[in-house]
Amino acid sequence: MNTARQAIIAIDDPIVQVKDLSLFYGQSQALFNLNFDIPRKQVTALIGPSGCGKSTFIRCINRMNDLIDGLHTTGSIALDGQDIFDRSVDVIDLRRRVGMVFQKSNPFPKSIYENVIFGMRIGGVNEKPVLDETVEKSLRRAALWDEVKDRLHQSAMGLSGGQMQRLCIARAIAVSPEIVLMDEPCSALDPKSTAHIEELIRDLNGEYTIIIVTHNMQQASRISDYTAFLYEGELIEYGLTKKVFTVPVKRATEDYITGRFG
Amino acid sequence: MSTNIRSSIHTLKQHLIYLGTVVEEGIKNSIKAVRTFDPILAAQVQAADAQVNALEVDVEEDCLKILALHSPVASDLRFVVTALKMNRELERIGDLAVKVADKVILLDTVKKHEINPDAITVPADFEPMFITTLSMFSQLLDAFVNEDADLAYRILIQDDEVDTAKRNIRKQLDEIGKNDPKQQVYHTLLLSVARGLERIADHTTNSAEDIIYMLQGRIVRHEHHLL
Repeated sequence: MNTARQAIIAIDDPIVQVKDLSLFYGQSQALFNLNFDIPRKQVTALIGPSGCGKSTFIRCINRMNDLIDGLHTTGSIALDGQDIFDRSVDVIDLRRRVGMVFQKSNPFPKSIYENVIFGMRIGGVNEKPVLDETVEKSLRRAALWDEVKDRLHQSAMGLSGGQMQRLCIARAIAVSPEIVLMDEPCSALDPKSTAHIEELIRDLNGEYTIIIVTHNMQQASRISDYTAFLYEGELIEYGLTKKVFTVPVKRATEDYITGRFG
Repeated sequence: MSTNIRSSIHTLKQHLIYLGTVVEEGIKNSIKAVRTFDPILAAQVQAADAQVNALEVDVEEDCLKILALHSPVASDLRFVVTALKMNRELERIGDLAVKVADKVILLDTVKKHEINPDAITVPADFEPMFITTLSMFSQLLDAFVNEDADLAYRILIQDDEVDTAKRNIRKQLDEIGKNDPKQQVYHTLLLSVARGLERIADHTTNSAEDIIYMLQGRIVRHEHHLL
């Protein structure tokens, strides 16, 4: 009987395995003993009220949190079996493998073209044909090519908000990451641009592992394959999105997604 | 927004319960009209159908409004989907009660042309069929109001009793027809009554399945044999 479903399901082919992960900002604990696996080349959404630890958690995956003083973690996050907190891990390489798109689009004050290949230039790639190809491919993948192909060398700052965010996605995927982290990528966009980005996320599914933080529950239900519900730093429920949004196992999940609290 | 969806769902629930009680009245009266061969009561059942139809439209509009304005999820979504489906089933049950009542009026017409109008032999299995069908429907409303999944499961089991009663009625009518061929003129009508009640029980069962989905998120429609 499926009423005995588990609140946190097992994943067959995980790319990320989170084990006993706790995180502290100085004395105060923000994440409590998280244990779950994230599936390869699927979209996983993290939902939960503000301050529940969603962003804190995804920033662990590419070690963005390293930059914060007084922060420490216990437990592990394995990327393809290797602990990313291990001393031997090259953080620059980790961030190439795990790209990130932020809430507010943050193009560099450079041309559209230079924005896309920024990561490749840092990686030492300078051959024009390779760069040209990457620019076109990435912009096409980000569904932006047709809109900008005639002005690649103009400033990225002249784009609309939705276009800037798609440019940031193009920049993130230009270095062929395995995972793209997205921290509320649509929260500053109008409905049409949001629809565009959501379509893009569905489109990238199967090619990249996408982990997205969103406050918009409808968005999580539309675009993700799996959904994790975090509350006060704990993972309450994690399962197939279609299950979580129709028949959640935990009362707290039910109450949150139906708007009874949060 | 969250207070809004709560009150919209509350209103929807009240409307659906009201529709349920009107339909229940229809079943009760049509059964009573059959029992007593009362064409006047049967005509009242026919007249009440307009109210059922109007209520069905109201409930559907409630559901569509909630879906469009609140994008319900989880138990709210299951509730609205269940309401939408039950609404349809209840309206069909109302129609079937009218069909049963129609047969009472036709029987009355036939009786007037026969030499011996009061000599109709009614098969014995009608009585348990009346009782079970009506009781299933009352339990359905209780299961909905009290959110009682166990009761909904018990309704599913009773459907077999009604099916058996209908089969027995058919056999008994054949038997009566053999012994007294004159009676056969009523038999299509009596069989239609039995079929109408059997279908009321079927739609009641469907709604009980919907309630189980609403409460447990479990689709039991095609797995009665596993229960």
